[in-house]
Amino acid sequence: MTQSVVVQGEWPFFPPNVCSLSFLGTVGQCGNQIGCCFWDLALREHAAVNKKGIYDEAISSFFRNVDTRVVGDGGSISKGKICSLKARAVLIDMEEGVVNEILQGRLRDVFDSKQLITDISGSGNNWAVGHKVFGSLYQEKILEKLRKSAEHCDCLQCFFVIHSMGGGTGSGLGTFLLKVLEDEFPEVYRFVTSIYPSGEDDVITSPYNSILAIKELNEHADCVLPIDNQSLFDIISKIDLMVNSGKLGAAIKPKSLVTSSTGVFKKRQEKPFDAMNNVVANLLLNLTSSARFEGSLNMDLNEIIMNLVPFPQLHYLVSSLTPLYTLADVNIPPRRLDQMFADAFSKDHQLIRADPKHNLYLACALMVRGNVQISDLRRNIERLKPSLQFVSWNQEGWKTSLCSVPPVGHSHSLLALANNTCVKPTFIDLRQRFMRLYKKKAHLHHYLQIEGMEESCFTEAVSSLSALIQEYNHLDATKSMPVEDLPRLNIAM
Amino acid sequence: MSIVTVQLGQYGNQIGFEVFDALFNDSHCPGGLCSKRENEAYQASCKERFFSEEENGVSVARAVLVDMEPKVINQTLSKAARSGRWKYDQHSCFCQKQGSGNNWAYGYSVHGPRHKESIMNLIQKEVEKCDSLSGFFIIMSMAGGTGSGLGAFITQNLQDQYSSALKMNQIIWPYGTGEIIVQNYNSILTLSHLYRSSDALLVHENDAVHKICAKLMNIKQISFCDINQVLAHQLGSVFQPTYSREGSFHYRRNPLGDLMENLVPHPEFKMLGVRNIPQMSENSLAYSTFTWAGLLKHLRQMLISNAKMKEGCDTSLSLAISQSLLQFMSIELVMLSNHLNPLPPSSPFALMFPSIRVLFNESIWQTKLNNSQTKTEKSSRWVLGVLPFSYLESLRLLS
Repeated sequence: MTQSVVVQGEWPFFPPNVCSLSFLGTVGQCGNQIGCCFWDLALREHAAVNKKGIYDEAISSFFRNVDTRVVGDGGSISKGKICSLKARAVLIDMEEGVVNEILQGRLRDVFDSKQLITDISGSGNNWAVGHKVFGSLYQEKILEKLRKSAEHCDCLQCFFVIHSMGGGTGSGLGTFLLKVLEDEFPEVYRFVTSIYPSGEDDVITSPYNSILAIKELNEHADCVLPIDNQSLFDIISKIDLMVNSGKLGAAIKPKSLVTSSTGVFKKRQEKPFDAMNNVVANLLLNLTSSARFEGSLNMDLNEIIMNLVPFPQLHYLVSSLTPLYTLADVNIPPRRLDQMFADAFSKDHQLIRADPKHNLYLACALMVRGNVQISDLRRNIERLKPSLQFVSWNQEGWKTSLCSVPPVGHSHSLLALANNTCVKPTFIDLRQRFMRLYKKKAHLHHYLQIEGMEESCFTEAVSSLSALIQEYNHLDATKSMPVEDLPRLNIAM
Repeated sequence: MSIVTVQLGQYGNQIGFEVFDALFNDSHCPGGLCSKRENEAYQASCKERFFSEEENGVSVARAVLVDMEPKVINQTLSKAARSGRWKYDQHSCFCQKQGSGNNWAYGYSVHGPRHKESIMNLIQKEVEKCDSLSGFFIIMSMAGGTGSGLGAFITQNLQDQYSSALKMNQIIWPYGTGEIIVQNYNSILTLSHLYRSSDALLVHENDAVHKICAKLMNIKQISFCDINQVLAHQLGSVFQPTYSREGSFHYRRNPLGDLMENLVPHPEFKMLGVRNIPQMSENSLAYSTFTWAGLLKHLRQMLISNAKMKEGCDTSLSLAISQSLLQFMSIELVMLSNHLNPLPPSSPFALMFPSIRVLFNESIWQTKLNNSQTKTEKSSRWVLGVLPFSYLESLRLLS
């Protein structure tokens, strides 16, 4: 029942399912809430681009097309009209609340019951319970589900894992999942989106959980995008201020708010944290946009790692997303485009508390979507370069990509990823909070009574983090040194 | 004789499309200054080089498209087919799903050996379609993973398999401030391999072309499409047929051989660059007049000062080992020789190799010099192209 169709004047020269695919693993309460927003936004984006309902390459990177009338596993359809979309995902949570809510909400048809792993008791905000206890308990099940899902993928390019660092399931079981992925699929890249606890986090043991998780991230993740609740909150407040200030011409264009799943500002959000989760979901969508949609300068996900990770341990990327909303007034001058680039480097738009402009850049990537041309990109790079400090071996290196499909509600958008030493303060801060608790051995017995946990786990974790901080320190020390010129070959004239 | 084009990677495929488009549009444009018989001979010669013909009369480009991800090839194929007048052969495409991740090693050591059979088979099929093969024209960029790594591998294989055919590689030198962070690694690795296996390397720098678009053609928002069109224009002026010794209606049969015979005197010096004039937007063309003397003078200045554009020449001398002058337009031989002969005795040309090969063609080169949608065809446009080979230029690029 597959039809060969012509999509908007383009011939389907290659079957749609040959695009490289991404797989999402959401772990824990925070991870699954963000995941829910992500799938919502992904569907909205594809619905806006793909008006004829044809299952094409772009959709196939995140969704499977399934004939739901077929019982069992054989229902995948590779081309033709969209029958029923199933997300390429695995949802893991040790409490049933969040996952049940997702299954009863509007996304219930997007997930198959076979993609879920749940338990009842929860991890009690204890990394050891999440990692050691539930890890060993569910290892087989996780492996089986991953293998099953991977069979449906023609060519799996990367895994996205979304979790928080402060809790028990997200940080413990999430990092366990990373280990499993590394063993089972060593050649598939692992992108981790980690929500770091802010200073006023309500979980007291979050420093323990975070430090133990960071050690795993250092060793098993290919690339980590750290995100801070506080920064997200600041961004939301800024948008609220903008909307409520009633400034003339500040009416926001419909569908363009980055913090809402419908793009529309609502006075009272449906669920708490929804606005913040939507920002993270938009980040992931923009990250993968160039791999899904066409453009004049494409960028795949493996290119991100290739270009932005100079040494394997330094794989923490600071991200910033602009614009956050589009003003409805079309008479705003085109300097908006330049402003967009400038904003991406200001510390107010970063998704983690960091100030990249005053720290050292190891690498920087700009992913532009929409109607932006190479000359605009080059002009802005030239404009911004003098105010940024780059490391000595990479004075002029920028990774750029242009995707012609803009996000819903915007005419263009920019995602900037930077490998910058400005993540160091976050780590130092975490280590300090950890040491405050650890010196008094407070709450430690909850961890030590779990089989497999010893005090050495903690000391190893801290030393791993200290080594990382030391690496960044070394690089920072080279900041103000002049660039040494290598001796040149001289031609005898 | 025919040229088989191999388009590699995103850049290769995008530029390749523009080149074929420009070549086809040039040879088929209505209205020109020459006689009908002249135009037909020109068309036939251009067609023999670059296009083969299907049963229904549609021209099919003699090209093999290779990329490690499907998006760009799909786009290229559909754009060509949409024009309705020429197209690519759907079966001459090779595509994978995964991409090379900007990793030269991946392109060279993984994708190369893995897909060697399939790609070489596709090239073999294209070669068999030609009556006589002049050589290969390989379009690739140096900064990425597929174009650079796989391109180096394919060129090496072409040398092994078709040792008597000539290979010219068109390489795109990336922007100085980077479009890819590891571009320097990829570029050096590519150059070192290509220098051993290719016969000539035609270099285009993104920075230079960008400047041409900005300063000479006054395009406000330069897109990759504009850059590719300027490149295609330059490449077209290199490859379009030129007269042979018999004069009108007879075209030289061996494009690559001719170029390399004169431009690559020693196998160690292979890097070529193109300068062409005039380069301006269509709007300005209406208000400009040209004379051959003026054009030649400008071109000589560009050569001497090693500039890519007419403006901004500084007159420090550079060493040109040999040069070849391609002209399209009927002119007086006397005028030409008058202009070329009196080179100052101190000029480096006169000192080393005073020979300048001149290749003529009478047809009109139609161009779409800017990105405008409207096709206003002027009948008296022409192009003067020079392919100097400069030793110092290659040093400058490599240092």
